[in-house]
Amino acid sequence: MTNFPLLAVLLPFVAAFAGLLLSRRPYLLLGRRSRPGVAGAKADAPARSGDTSAAGGDVFGTGGDASWTGGEADERRRRAHARAAWIAVVPTAVSVVLALWLAWAPGFAYIVGAAPSEPVGSTYGSIITGGIPISLTLQADDLSAILGVLVTLVALAVQVYSVGYLHDDPRYPSYSAFVSLFTSAMLLVVYSGDLLVLYVGWEIMGLCSYLLIGHWWEDRGNSRAAVKAFLVTRLGDVGFLFGIFVLGVAAGSFRIADVLAKVPEMSMGTLVAATMLLLAGVAGKSAQVPLHTWLPDAMAGPTPISALIHAATMVAAGIFIVARLFPAFVVARPTMDLLAVMAALGMLGAALAALAQDDLKRVLAYSTISQLAYMAGGLAAGSDRAAIFHLLTHGAFKALLFLCAGVVIHYVGTNLMSRMGGLRRQLPVTFVAMTVGFAALMGIPPASGFFSKDALLLAMDRALAGGVLTDAAALLLYGCALATVAVTGAYAARAWLRTFFGPARAVALPEPEPGTAHVVDVREAPRTMLLPVVLLAVPALLLGFVGGVHLDLGVAAVSVVLALLGAGVIYAFWRGDPVTDPARVLGPLRVPCERAFYVDDLYAAVFARPVLALAGLVVRTDDTVVDGAVRGSGRAARGLSGVLRLAQNGNVQLYVSGVLAGVLLIAVGAVVFA
Amino acid sequence: MMGWLAVALLTVPLLGALLLVIAPNALRPVLRGYGLAVSGATLALAVVLVATFDYARAARPQFTVDRPWIPGLDLRFHLGVDGVSLPLIALTALLTFLCFAYLSWGDGRAPGQLLEPRAGEARPRALVFTLLVLEVGMIGTFLALDLLLFFVFFEIVLIPMYFLIAIWGGKGRRAAAIKFILYTLLGSVVMLLGLLLIWAQTGTLDIVALGQAHGAGMSRAVQIIAFVAVGIGLAVKTPMWPLHTWLPDAHTEAPTVGSVLLAGVLLKMGTYGFARIAIPILPEGAVAAAPWLGALAVVGIVYGALACLAQRDLKRMIAYSSVGHMGFVLLGFATLTAVGVNGALFANIAHGLITGLLFFLAGAIKERYGTADMPSLGGGMLATLPHLGAILTFACVASLGMPGLAGFWGEMLSLLGAFQPVEALPRELFLTFMVIGGLGAVLTAAYFLLMLSRVTHGLPGRAGVGPAAYGVEAVDERPVMPEPPGPVEAVDGGPRAPEALPGAVAEGTEVTTSEVGPGTGVGAAAGSVVGTGVGAAPAAAVGTGVGTVEPGVGAAGLRDVRGYELVAWVPLIVLILLFGLWPKLLLSLTTPAVQTLLGGLS
Repeated sequence: MTNFPLLAVLLPFVAAFAGLLLSRRPYLLLGRRSRPGVAGAKADAPARSGDTSAAGGDVFGTGGDASWTGGEADERRRRAHARAAWIAVVPTAVSVVLALWLAWAPGFAYIVGAAPSEPVGSTYGSIITGGIPISLTLQADDLSAILGVLVTLVALAVQVYSVGYLHDDPRYPSYSAFVSLFTSAMLLVVYSGDLLVLYVGWEIMGLCSYLLIGHWWEDRGNSRAAVKAFLVTRLGDVGFLFGIFVLGVAAGSFRIADVLAKVPEMSMGTLVAATMLLLAGVAGKSAQVPLHTWLPDAMAGPTPISALIHAATMVAAGIFIVARLFPAFVVARPTMDLLAVMAALGMLGAALAALAQDDLKRVLAYSTISQLAYMAGGLAAGSDRAAIFHLLTHGAFKALLFLCAGVVIHYVGTNLMSRMGGLRRQLPVTFVAMTVGFAALMGIPPASGFFSKDALLLAMDRALAGGVLTDAAALLLYGCALATVAVTGAYAARAWLRTFFGPARAVALPEPEPGTAHVVDVREAPRTMLLPVVLLAVPALLLGFVGGVHLDLGVAAVSVVLALLGAGVIYAFWRGDPVTDPARVLGPLRVPCERAFYVDDLYAAVFARPVLALAGLVVRTDDTVVDGAVRGSGRAARGLSGVLRLAQNGNVQLYVSGVLAGVLLIAVGAVVFA
Repeated sequence: MMGWLAVALLTVPLLGALLLVIAPNALRPVLRGYGLAVSGATLALAVVLVATFDYARAARPQFTVDRPWIPGLDLRFHLGVDGVSLPLIALTALLTFLCFAYLSWGDGRAPGQLLEPRAGEARPRALVFTLLVLEVGMIGTFLALDLLLFFVFFEIVLIPMYFLIAIWGGKGRRAAAIKFILYTLLGSVVMLLGLLLIWAQTGTLDIVALGQAHGAGMSRAVQIIAFVAVGIGLAVKTPMWPLHTWLPDAHTEAPTVGSVLLAGVLLKMGTYGFARIAIPILPEGAVAAAPWLGALAVVGIVYGALACLAQRDLKRMIAYSSVGHMGFVLLGFATLTAVGVNGALFANIAHGLITGLLFFLAGAIKERYGTADMPSLGGGMLATLPHLGAILTFACVASLGMPGLAGFWGEMLSLLGAFQPVEALPRELFLTFMVIGGLGAVLTAAYFLLMLSRVTHGLPGRAGVGPAAYGVEAVDERPVMPEPPGPVEAVDGGPRAPEALPGAVAEGTEVTTSEVGPGTGVGAAAGSVVGTGVGAAPAAAVGTGVGTVEPGVGAAGLRDVRGYELVAWVPLIVLILLFGLWPKLLLSLTTPAVQTLLGGLS
């Protein structure tokens, strides 16, 4: 069992490579039957164009490649997809089993609240660096074991769902390989026992996020979103890396266990510096203020990716890290205050932004930012267990919401809620599942979100009475959290009503543009899509009862009343006019909310454009000043030689005069100095 | 004992080059196989070197040869290999071999195939000769354990590289080659003065003895002067900001193999000099100069990245990215810690592999599109050339320092070194350097991703490569129709003759269709690459080969990655992955050697 963490990481990793390299192998074998015929080749060409898999098998098989008839091309693609699907799903399923086993052994100790048990795993050597070595440790302690289950389960659900969602996407093989790679990287983050090894997984997740957001790269907008996501998170990650340096050098080891053991001996300055730097990485990865702007744009990726990476797992990694290093954070009070303020601003601002969006996925994206801020707030209030509990329930219900949104988008052919409406009759299963998801999001009992949100609010309530936070920060946090409960109720109700109720507003699109999911389907969705939805609905509904129910009735009552109040206001507005967007309740605030308070424009003006201007300046400087000096020295040498050349003019008289003058000078010199 | 191996690494390519002069006529028909065989033999020797190296004693020079060379001057022919030079020698032998593989295993009709014997302009024999002499110089630099011997090899390299750029380069090759050789020679002169100063003060040129002495016998002032002089010479070669301006021109104009070797090996000679000579022999000078070195290094990182952001030309951009990456290497050296120097040496190797691959790719793109100008490339390479686009994505991701690929570890260790430099250095200053370097890493990611976004993403935007061209792509891959037997004009001549890219398409040799033959229509594809580059007339030159193409879309057949290219690239890809996933391979090799070299500082 000590090798289970390693196996769980390696299986999807190998699957990623196998998926990239092997899923198109059949081309080679079948591709030799050469047959002239341009028509088939034409039909085939767009499919080939989409093949991003590196070093695929058909590199050498170009001879007969172009001579496929349309039917053969379809058949070929179908086989490649089936192969890729098996390569993707089976290792992930095995990882699920391994992760469950690892969590089962200590009996899900973390959420149950039992005493911590010994971590399971082993060290596979270390890398000498000349200084502090890097230890290749993979282990599952209570926290990792729980997270591992979440990651593998959602990954499996998404892999299965994607088989249906992308069934006619020519790039499905590379897509599923990247999802496998992501799963592996996230498990590396979860199971790693060394901070630098963790960082490796942390960055590879970012790469997968980039590749998958840009899955439909034909659209420049998607490409931009992918670049933005990578760069914003990378900016945070630089801080994160430096934070690791500070902790590692102070502790003399990068092993997490050693670092945590040395925390009591570290100076306050070291701890505050380290945690503040780590917080930069947390803000980047978990899309917290001020590095949150990439997440809404990241919705350009396929919806299953939004569910897996940009809702349930990767964006939760920041929260996970803080919980992992919680002994270091909880001592560094200024960091906790900063975290509380970031969380307070983030949760309310993102919730308000969610209320004004028309794009269903962007609603969910802002909702993710808001919910992650809840978790961050819980951490700041001093309760890592409550935060992780909410992380788990959120992972379940937000993945469910995204997958349901995927079904809706798959059906309607657009992301915009203004084109949806009345879908509860056409999509009954999705309707029920998404209702569960929204109930959990709003915190309506008995859905899972109710219990975890209650635990968080309780922690923030207690922080008011004294704890790690200063009074002002605690007050701000609790006030914002309560206000956010109401706004959450409002935007969830709005999205629910606009999607499933009211008159149908669907407009059939003429042709699927590249970069959109393919359009209108007659049935609800293929079974591969509905199955994960139904299965995820179970934990979204019931996860709250795991580990016994701990309720504070006062806080619970307040939060339910607030959520219903928010929902009720929206319902009242919607009843008045079901066609118009109830976001008009925001009044003059609506446009700023829709633009997310102009943070994007601000960053573009303050960072992006100056950097580009500076780049232009550097190029000009390089040419005129730096290289100008080089060219100038060349010209100066030639100029000087031009002067000297004046003497070498071939005039013998001049030469003789020169010689005589020289002799005279020497003679005079000899006489004078002799 | 075993010293013959070090000598053989030099003599095999040298004899190979001499044989070309002695028996030109006998070798002309087998020229392609010949270069491949000689460089392959050298690579095999390097593999033997790697296999028989005693890893338990990586800190000491092995395979040593120490013979008197010019007794009057007390110069010795002193060679040896330790943990620092072993990876560089292997890298050199590998890259040279891959360059020959790239040149030799093509079918001779593809663009950029400089070894095609029939093309009058290409001078294939001279090219093989030049590359082999270059290899002698490069390997010799990493083998030499005598200061003057090191200098001799260091200088030998310049001349073949000069010819490589000046003869087989692009349009502005003359100016670029002259700038390259004058600039680096000037640097070398300064370095020679520094080396002579060391000699005058200590009375020996033996690098091993000098390294063990750790600067004994030289006053602090002498050490500083010598370090600055030697450092300037090495910094020109590295190149360090602001002595870098020869690099973009040289890279832009050099042929693909020239760029690969220039970036992959030649730049490493400069940084290797810091690890081998400047820091161990002159420790006090190093401590005094390290803050300046670090400052220039981080300026180089940010400056290189910003310059990349605003570049239009792909090759030029990769050249400037080298300035940034070498900044990380120099920052690692400037920390004077084992971690930092280890990081610098790792980044050195990683840069050789990754940037070598990037220049291969840039060359392939330039051959296909006829230009490396990014706006002219349009976009959508993942649609038109999916495999090339995918490998380009991989190389860029590796170059921006993604963990799990080779580029990460060197940069990370350099920054870690800067976090805790050696005690004699001001820590606050190096913390600042670390932060600036970290921001430079973000900018590095920015320019690579923007480039990928521009070139590989989006819909193919160029005229003729648009969606309408898919049909053409298909046509190109069919066997060429046997009926139009007319000559395919200039399919080869264009891209091979260095300055003939746009205009001189007509001057090439004639290739009959029977030779283009039942293969895969390569000639036609190559021809149309030229066609797209020029836009106008050459479409007619493609003419007969692809006679069935409907008018209007005739200039679009771009071929994806080809077999011989894959032969040259796959080893690099595998090594990038290997060192990225298992950095221990290199680090356990360099660490003991680095600790010995830094003995004077602890």
